[in-house]
Amino acid sequence: MEWETVIGLEIHTQLATQSKIFSGASTAYGAEPNTQACAVDLGLPGVLPVLNQEAVRMAVIFGMAIEAHIAPYSVFARKNYFYPDLPKGYQISQMELPIVGIGHLDIEIDGITKRIGVTRAHLEEDAGKSLHENFLGLTGIDLNRAGTPLLEIVSEPDMRSAKEAVAYMRKLHELVRYLGICDGNMQEGSFRCDANVSVRPKGQTEFGTRAEIKNINSFKFVEKAINHEVERQIELIENGGRVIQETRLYDSVKDETRPMRSKEEANDYRYFPDPDLLPVIIDEDFKSQIKAALPELPQAKKERFKTAYSLDEENATLLTASRQLADYFEAVLKVSGCEAKLCANWITGDLSAALNKAGLEITDSPVSDERLAGLLARISDNTISGKIAKQVFETLWQSTSSADEIIAEKGLKQITDTGAIEAIIDKIIANNQDQVDQYRSGKDKVFAFFVGQVMKEMQGKANPAEVNKMLKTKLAP
Amino acid sequence: MHTKTLTELAQGLRSGKFSSLELTHAFLARIKQHQYLNAYITVTEEQALQSAKAADQRLASGNAELLTGIPIAQKDIFCTLDVKTTCGSKMLDNFTAPYNATVVEKFNQAGAVMLGKLNMDEFAMGSSNETSYYGAVKNPWNINTVPGGSSGGSAAAVAARLTVCATGTDTGGSIRQPAALCGITGLKPTYGRVSRYGMIAYASSLDQGGPMTQNAADAAIMLQTMAGFDEKDSTSVDLPVPDYRAGLNNSLAGLKIGLPKEFFGDGLNNDMAATLEIAINEYKKLGAEVKEISMPNLKLAIPAYYVIAPAECSANLSRFDGVRYGYRCKNPVDLADLYTRSRGEAFGKEVKRRILMGTYALSTGYYDAYYLKAQKIRRLISEDFKKALADVDVIMGPVTPTTAFGIGEKMDDPIEMYLSDIYTIAINLAGLPAISIPAGFIRDMPVGLQIIGNYFAEDRLLNVAHQYQKVTNWHHHTPKGFE
Amino acid sequence: MSLTADDVKKIAHLARLGIDSQDIDSYAKDLSGMLDLMTQMSELDTNNVEPMAHPMDQAQRLRTDVVTEHNNREKFQSIAPQVEAGLYLVPKVIE
Repeated sequence: MEWETVIGLEIHTQLATQSKIFSGASTAYGAEPNTQACAVDLGLPGVLPVLNQEAVRMAVIFGMAIEAHIAPYSVFARKNYFYPDLPKGYQISQMELPIVGIGHLDIEIDGITKRIGVTRAHLEEDAGKSLHENFLGLTGIDLNRAGTPLLEIVSEPDMRSAKEAVAYMRKLHELVRYLGICDGNMQEGSFRCDANVSVRPKGQTEFGTRAEIKNINSFKFVEKAINHEVERQIELIENGGRVIQETRLYDSVKDETRPMRSKEEANDYRYFPDPDLLPVIIDEDFKSQIKAALPELPQAKKERFKTAYSLDEENATLLTASRQLADYFEAVLKVSGCEAKLCANWITGDLSAALNKAGLEITDSPVSDERLAGLLARISDNTISGKIAKQVFETLWQSTSSADEIIAEKGLKQITDTGAIEAIIDKIIANNQDQVDQYRSGKDKVFAFFVGQVMKEMQGKANPAEVNKMLKTKLAP
Repeated sequence: MHTKTLTELAQGLRSGKFSSLELTHAFLARIKQHQYLNAYITVTEEQALQSAKAADQRLASGNAELLTGIPIAQKDIFCTLDVKTTCGSKMLDNFTAPYNATVVEKFNQAGAVMLGKLNMDEFAMGSSNETSYYGAVKNPWNINTVPGGSSGGSAAAVAARLTVCATGTDTGGSIRQPAALCGITGLKPTYGRVSRYGMIAYASSLDQGGPMTQNAADAAIMLQTMAGFDEKDSTSVDLPVPDYRAGLNNSLAGLKIGLPKEFFGDGLNNDMAATLEIAINEYKKLGAEVKEISMPNLKLAIPAYYVIAPAECSANLSRFDGVRYGYRCKNPVDLADLYTRSRGEAFGKEVKRRILMGTYALSTGYYDAYYLKAQKIRRLISEDFKKALADVDVIMGPVTPTTAFGIGEKMDDPIEMYLSDIYTIAINLAGLPAISIPAGFIRDMPVGLQIIGNYFAEDRLLNVAHQYQKVTNWHHHTPKGFE
Repeated sequence: MSLTADDVKKIAHLARLGIDSQDIDSYAKDLSGMLDLMTQMSELDTNNVEPMAHPMDQAQRLRTDVVTEHNNREKFQSIAPQVEAGLYLVPKVIE
């Protein structure tokens, strides 16, 4: 039988606020255990939550970026369950009335665009961490993370392969970082994914029973975990078994999923509106303020780069992958006054390669937009050739000098003095009569030999166009 | 000194008739002398004497406030920094609060002298103070009867003059009912008027702290300090606090009083009805007009309350899990055992009953029938009040169906106990302010009159209560043996 | 409406509430009594009534995003049942 996979993702993004969603404790990662858990985070008797404005703003920004409905009235609810990393015995979340409603995100698979529906995105508080190292056979609880704002983004079951799931996750990861609402650090758990996976015979419209795979924290593992789970389910069904709705944990070492023991019993979360918090009202004013400050979104920017700068798809995609890179490109373009294609090629080519090699982000580039612009301007006005430019770039990377200083210091200025070029050409023609004869008898290929000789003699500083032109005249029979 | 009111003591401290230290010593001695009332869970003697000395210095320096140097006691539901805060439960018997409730902080700032922490029903769940882990409190008017609850310790302590004034909290009548049963004045402010930060939550959408005093003028002084916006409480209301003493002497001529027929119907016994009639006649003499009103949904207040309050408490009390503070059972074998036994061993029967009720009402399949339904009824009750208060200035009625009942009398029948909250509960559902003032006696036991006002009309309520107290002397009565 | 002993056990488990087995019947009786009281509510038609979660019709106030709380672990953990190396300890959690 042929099977179809159905995948929906729930992605938890930690919002990049300074303080927690309901308290004034820091959200900084990596502090000593429980030093960033204040009275509210610890759920001490009598404490009360007050909502962080920035968390709300970030949720709305996200909603706008996926063209979702922003709820004018949303409500926090208590989700009740007992777990030691959940200090109050309930998580403050949103159930019936989430802040962000239906939206969508477009992904590209093998050059084809596919629209993935986003069901909702809601604000909630993160839990603490259980540390299972051996403390006299006990578990240690660190509540520093408790109360960190989370935006849980729930997709529709629109993905049909692990590859699509990964593409969606990457796109979302790119977007939240682009918007500056999440640092996207997966190792630190800032961007976490649960996958709902089911299979059904191809052609069937009803969904199969799904299993939820928890906390898969890398793109690689998402693909592996889903593929593994799909195989498991198909094998199970084909051997006469039935998939049961359950929560499973992906074990990256063994590359398998297994049921979570702590989630064995069906939970009854007893959601109800949190009486300590009032409804969140988002009026048009608040929305238009956010809209005004909203950065140009990646898709729109890419389209603009293609039309306004006549960039090809590849360059436009690469340059709009991050806001910083796009800003860098536009700065270089403006300062240098060069052709967009030249700027784009240099940034996605030599500069990106050098950054990759050094493991640096564009914001840490040793070659500032201004210095790169200085170099490109000299290519554009024929002061140096593209080949010499690569040499200058290397020096730019290692020093703080400007391209002009380097060109002057090293005497790399292109020779456009026709007299000087002519003298060299005459000399070479005189010394290589055999090749001249060959060329004149129709062997065009020999022409390259003469160009090479001239350039060698002139240490690459001759203007190639000038050399070509003059050689053609001189060699003419 | 102990017979004087807060207002009188504040004058005495200013004129130098006595010092705060003398006053504090006097009250500490009375607390010891009348320990058998069981009104206090903790007496903070050393701290009190220190604050009294500091208050005397402040009084001498001339920058004192009205409450500077005044002995006060806190219901043990308010967190007090470095002082045991139990909420009347075994669960918090070992709990020393690491922070101050906003209300406590405000009294500290004002220079009030905290004598100690007052007994209460466990987690404020009860109407007789009998559910306290620390034992029942005795009513000073008759030590075989209950003082009411849940602020039973507060009411008994003020009535027996073991403090000048006390804080209470009111979720379904917990300030007004004990005030009535102990013959004192108790005000439940508008929901949101007094910060709930640091006040251990029972039912968050209903809980409200307020003053318990000998009379309305004293309550005005206390409320002046307690009220106000608190940025730590999302449900706190950001409205200016009026001068509560300024309007105390306004005339009541033309005051419109509404009397709900649902309050004065068949359920009310003849003695109670007669006593209240006399009180209302006093108001007529003061120039008030009386009008019968109707609030048809009032009868559903008890079922709605006993869904909403337990539902909220079932979640509010989940934090007591033996992990970060409070009681932990001995040698838990696993996590489930830690939770189940810590909570099972440390919560009393009434608390468990309400947690179970609330858990049930919120569980899958029952939410709509119970919780949602109760919230809708809450809306209807609230509208009833809004309509009524558009026509009249205040609503008056009984606080309790009877005077104080015997200790142990209703403990076996929780439903019977719940029904005794009939006159107070609806006010919490609506979030309105209400005051209970002494209005006479039935067979030597005090009776309270309840006055309900519009949102944030505490100043009006205090005015209406004060004018009555100027022409009556019920609030001057002191129980025998405590004069 | 009446609750059975089994119902009570189920609810108690949800609430992680230990209950003495000899008390289960009395809880079942009390809770059933409470539920009887609540059946009064169903007599009223509330179809077009908005549920009321708060006495005040107000919007949630938003807090400025600044860190105001600082490390107070020592004080907070001085009242904890069991701590080690800054961590709260509980019986082993199995995921």
